[in-house]
Amino acid sequence: MNIELITFFIFSLLLVFTCLKVITSSNPVLSAVNLVFSFFLSAVLWLLLGAEFLSIILILVYVGAVMVLFLFVVMMLDINIAKKSAAYINYLPLGIGIFLAFNALVIFFFVNTFENIDYNAVKNIEIISTSNTENLGYLLFTKYLVEFEIAGLILLLGIISAIILTYKKNPKNKYQNPTSQISVSKKDRLKVITGLKE
Amino acid sequence: MIPISYYLILSTIIFAISIAGIFLNRKNILVLLMSLELMFLSVNFNLITLGNYLGDLTGQVFVFFVLTVVAAESAIGLALLIVLFRNKKTIDVDDLSELKG
Repeated sequence: MNIELITFFIFSLLLVFTCLKVITSSNPVLSAVNLVFSFFLSAVLWLLLGAEFLSIILILVYVGAVMVLFLFVVMMLDINIAKKSAAYINYLPLGIGIFLAFNALVIFFFVNTFENIDYNAVKNIEIISTSNTENLGYLLFTKYLVEFEIAGLILLLGIISAIILTYKKNPKNKYQNPTSQISVSKKDRLKVITGLKE
Repeated sequence: MIPISYYLILSTIIFAISIAGIFLNRKNILVLLMSLELMFLSVNFNLITLGNYLGDLTGQVFVFFVLTVVAAESAIGLALLIVLFRNKKTIDVDDLSELKG
């Protein structure tokens, strides 16, 4: 048993355990913290798969931004800790059925398909160096440039929609209304008085 | 080298757990969103695993885009959640039945 397999087993067992804790803990803060742990553990597993850049991105972006956002929202909302319904067990056969169905799909479809594949057919794609980050950046800025820019637009859309949804106008604030400013016409401002004697 | 089936089975386990989480946590939209994150994590696992075993970096590029979209999605989802809580004072899915008829 080599060290790679031992690492995989330890971290995947921990990952499954933290995922179970995410869905079963009654406090949303504990769920979020366990989700952070599961992201860390899967970052280690992605390192084993050779995806160094993405594992760092998972920690920086997910743990650093998205999960902190989750924790902020948990603390902003005053949620009374809901107790789980006792009908846990009713869903257990369904869950096991879904799990077995997906596993059967994976094993019979993916594994058998990729067993006899010619790896060299797809291996000679644009690899310019041994660094994962460099290769990924090369692909992103050459072959997938349009998709990269569309991803930027999606992030902009996320910013705008999140701001517009949560923005609450304070009636005490004084602010300009540009629409009414530019739609002013002459007769609103200027009154011509005729018939005055000197 | 770890066999490919180990990673694929791990990702199906995570996917099944997140589906179970969606069934279990119908009281709380926040934990539903967290289950959704776990689901995306399992999908990313599949993409990275298959990309690694086929020697193709396109899987990792795709994971990059998935991470982008998920970040935007969770931001919008949490904003919607805040608006919902501001208006209804609850995030229980069962209390959101507004449609009549």
